[in-house]
Amino acid sequence: MTRITVNVDGVAYEDDVDPRLLLVHYLRETVGKTGTPIGCDTSNCGACTVLMDGTSVKSCAVLAVQADGSSVTTIEGLANGEWHPLQQAFHAEHALQCGYCTPGMILAAVDLLRDNPHPTDQEIRDGLEGNLCRCTGYQNIVSAVRRAAEAGVTAQ
Amino acid sequence: MTTTTGAEAQAAAEKAGTEFGTPRPRKEDARLVTGQTTWTDNLTLPGMLHIAFVRSPFAHARITSVDVSAARGMPGVIAAFSGADFADEQGSLPCAWPVTPDIVIPAHPPMATEEVRYVGEAVACVVARDRYAAADAVSAVDVEYEPLPPVLDIRTALDDSSPKVHEAGNKSFEWVFQNGDLDAAFREAPVVIERNYRQQRLIPSAMEPRAVVCSCVGGEFTLWSATQIPHVLRVMLALVTGVPEQNIRVIAPDVGGGFGSKLQVTAEEVLAMLIARKLGRPVKWTESRSEGNMTVHHGRDQWQRIRVAAERDGRVRGLSVDLLADMGAYLMLVTPGVPLLGAFMFPAIYKMDAYSFRCTGVFTTKMPTDAYRGAGRPEATFGIERTMDELANELGMDPLEVRQRNWITHGEFPYTTIAGLTYDSGNYEAATARAKELFGYDQLRQEQAARRASGDPVQLGIGVSTFTEMCGLAPSRVLGSLAYGAGGWENASVRMLPTGKVEVVTGSSAHGQGHETAWSQIVADRLGVPFEDIRVLHGDTQVSPKGMDTYGSRSLTVGGVAVLSACDKVIEKAKVIAAGMIEASANDLEWSPGRFAVRGDPEKGVTIGEIALATFAAHNLPDGVEPSLDSDATYDPDNFSFPHGTHLCATEIDTETGMVTIRSYVAVDDVGTVVNPLIVDGQVHGGIAQGIAQALYEEAVYDEDGNLLTTTMADYLLPSAADLPHFTTDRTVTAATTNPMGVKGVGEAGTIASTPAVVNAIIDALRQFGVRDVPMPCTPERVWRAIQAGRDSGTQAQNGAVR
Repeated sequence: MTRITVNVDGVAYEDDVDPRLLLVHYLRETVGKTGTPIGCDTSNCGACTVLMDGTSVKSCAVLAVQADGSSVTTIEGLANGEWHPLQQAFHAEHALQCGYCTPGMILAAVDLLRDNPHPTDQEIRDGLEGNLCRCTGYQNIVSAVRRAAEAGVTAQ
Repeated sequence: MTTTTGAEAQAAAEKAGTEFGTPRPRKEDARLVTGQTTWTDNLTLPGMLHIAFVRSPFAHARITSVDVSAARGMPGVIAAFSGADFADEQGSLPCAWPVTPDIVIPAHPPMATEEVRYVGEAVACVVARDRYAAADAVSAVDVEYEPLPPVLDIRTALDDSSPKVHEAGNKSFEWVFQNGDLDAAFREAPVVIERNYRQQRLIPSAMEPRAVVCSCVGGEFTLWSATQIPHVLRVMLALVTGVPEQNIRVIAPDVGGGFGSKLQVTAEEVLAMLIARKLGRPVKWTESRSEGNMTVHHGRDQWQRIRVAAERDGRVRGLSVDLLADMGAYLMLVTPGVPLLGAFMFPAIYKMDAYSFRCTGVFTTKMPTDAYRGAGRPEATFGIERTMDELANELGMDPLEVRQRNWITHGEFPYTTIAGLTYDSGNYEAATARAKELFGYDQLRQEQAARRASGDPVQLGIGVSTFTEMCGLAPSRVLGSLAYGAGGWENASVRMLPTGKVEVVTGSSAHGQGHETAWSQIVADRLGVPFEDIRVLHGDTQVSPKGMDTYGSRSLTVGGVAVLSACDKVIEKAKVIAAGMIEASANDLEWSPGRFAVRGDPEKGVTIGEIALATFAAHNLPDGVEPSLDSDATYDPDNFSFPHGTHLCATEIDTETGMVTIRSYVAVDDVGTVVNPLIVDGQVHGGIAQGIAQALYEEAVYDEDGNLLTTTMADYLLPSAADLPHFTTDRTVTAATTNPMGVKGVGEAGTIASTPAVVNAIIDALRQFGVRDVPMPCTPERVWRAIQAGRDSGTQAQNGAVR
């Protein structure tokens, strides 16, 4: 077991973890943050995307021990009193149906807009290539990210 | 029956101040965008154990021994079981659609005991304190196999020399339909063409993997499952396990997509029940994606032989369809019925004198197939729409012209097709005209001609799909005549709460469709209560005890109508109580949404909220009137729903690399009256995306030993945002005449329409090189090979190589 200290959504946690424990399992089962879902086991789908020190990572491809000393933001910690502009935009543009990919998609979009606050539609599509959605055909996701960008979202 | 454009209809609805037609963002989103969702895998019960399955590495083998003793000694392992441990209680997984009297339905034990027939079939399991310990212990289970020959190709599986999947042989059934004098049509028609098409095997790939949690306390089971069908599942689990139905509660919590893949009774659901009972502790199983790609039922997988006879002016005389359909190793819930839904759709929107359909269901040593978005109808639509393009080419006609020559005209509805369905309504002319306008059809044809003339290495292709489909499953009587094991009704109840708020209970089981929002809109309009005052409950057999669930684009056209009917019953009950409250005769009362008032004296009235409170108090109700407004309704539709539309696709094909790029995609759909245009557009977008994915990207590939090669999302190519184009969508609105809301199904339409539009566009670009087919998915390699083969053989039509 290895002792790690991780800040998740503004709360500091200190835990002894199995060195092979995946960050996503740490978040879901140790910390109880089930808002981050698991969609595959080969880091293709992006459903488990979270922000680690502000950068998007697929939490199924990170070991919990690698997050030691880091600050992790999950979908549950994104709203700050009111919904984050991307959460609002996903709702307004109907950018989700089943919603399973949504947490990862939104957090990937946060990182995308941090890198490029005014992306073109093609840049949005390319930037979200690592996050798969089976319901929407992506059209309304592109619209939602564009809407949030127009509202002036930058990094958290 | 009139047809308007989507924008006109929506503007009219908004102007009238109604919920119908209003693009309301969804109620469901509040939990989904914040991570407060209840996916099955999120559940943790006290003392819960984790199951991991040991699965067959062979496509076909005899199990000679299973030794779980070493696994039982692993740290944290509570139990380990082989199929023998369940042999007396596990029953056989159900097939509810025995399509012919002599169909072969092999026994399908949830855990194999003697023989395995596809890679991934469960042969043992371990149950441990946590999922890591369970996964570790899987490798300690020792299974000995005696390999048997796999059966992989349905074209040779019926040969006498083929190894057998089951003792009874590899043929499950043959199903035929015939109407009209086909021989005469083919004898007399001057033009006959034959085409053979492949529908590749697909993996539905809902984003949420399957998961099951089950507890058994005092013989009473609660089973949470990522399922589309909590109600059907409950009945089937009772039948399979022998547990009395009243002792099974099934809950479908938030479910992350289905597309047909969660319209199933799975081995893991049955085994979770049995294990929870054996151990007296709650258990959970969540599949990994690789496990899921192998063991969630697959979709499509057909070979189609299509012959059409036509006059030189393009008029279709006769159509003959011969299908081989891959059942996989077993028949699951509706496996054999899926290709037969296509039997009724091959004639599509076209008139003809004669039609014959034959489908042979064949067993292989692969994962069983079953419903995947569209289920039988995408296959049929692909076959007929590709063939209509081939016919147009044969006759030197524009593809739209040959369709127009044959389609049912707006004035001919209701129209009974050669397949025996009566289409209630439609306007193919209007949808096609609108699509051509949005697409710039004539300009694109000009550009295409110019690029051909200049020998541009990037060629332009234009693909047409004028589709319809049958959905809203379905009139119970018709399902009965097709030997389907259940009815097609749906149930709803509306509860008026004392404070004037409303609870709506629906038997539909949403898994992304937005029923909580759309049903609220229906009730708000009918009862005249605010949208925000309505709560929709679903997905738990204890909360919503009666239902037929969500599949086949049935929720709005059947479940939504049931909600409307329940509202009408509430209004009828309220009328009597209102009459007592305002001391008037019920006959003199007039309902306007939200309020009863005396006809001619509108000041004298009571609101539905006031009536609800008075009913709750029940102090002064008329004699003999029960103190309740609550009502339920079960609606059985008279007919299927027939949405239609015209989809146009422009592809650019780099003839040097074979790369296909969709330059523009226009979809004009007619789904009747629209409750929520935001949701409808979303369904169309997602549907088109899945149809494009079949055309260009996706294929479940087995190797020659029967191993699935596409077990991950790296190998099975689900399109990303970067792979798909912007879709231009619009609607025409031709209200359905067979239900009181005028609505038609929309969930599958996009998928059904788009695959042939894309492939037609590819062939349209390549026909000049002698290409007349590229097997799906039309990868750059296949497109490039088809071009080379076509060029090498001059004007000879050639197919690309099928793997």
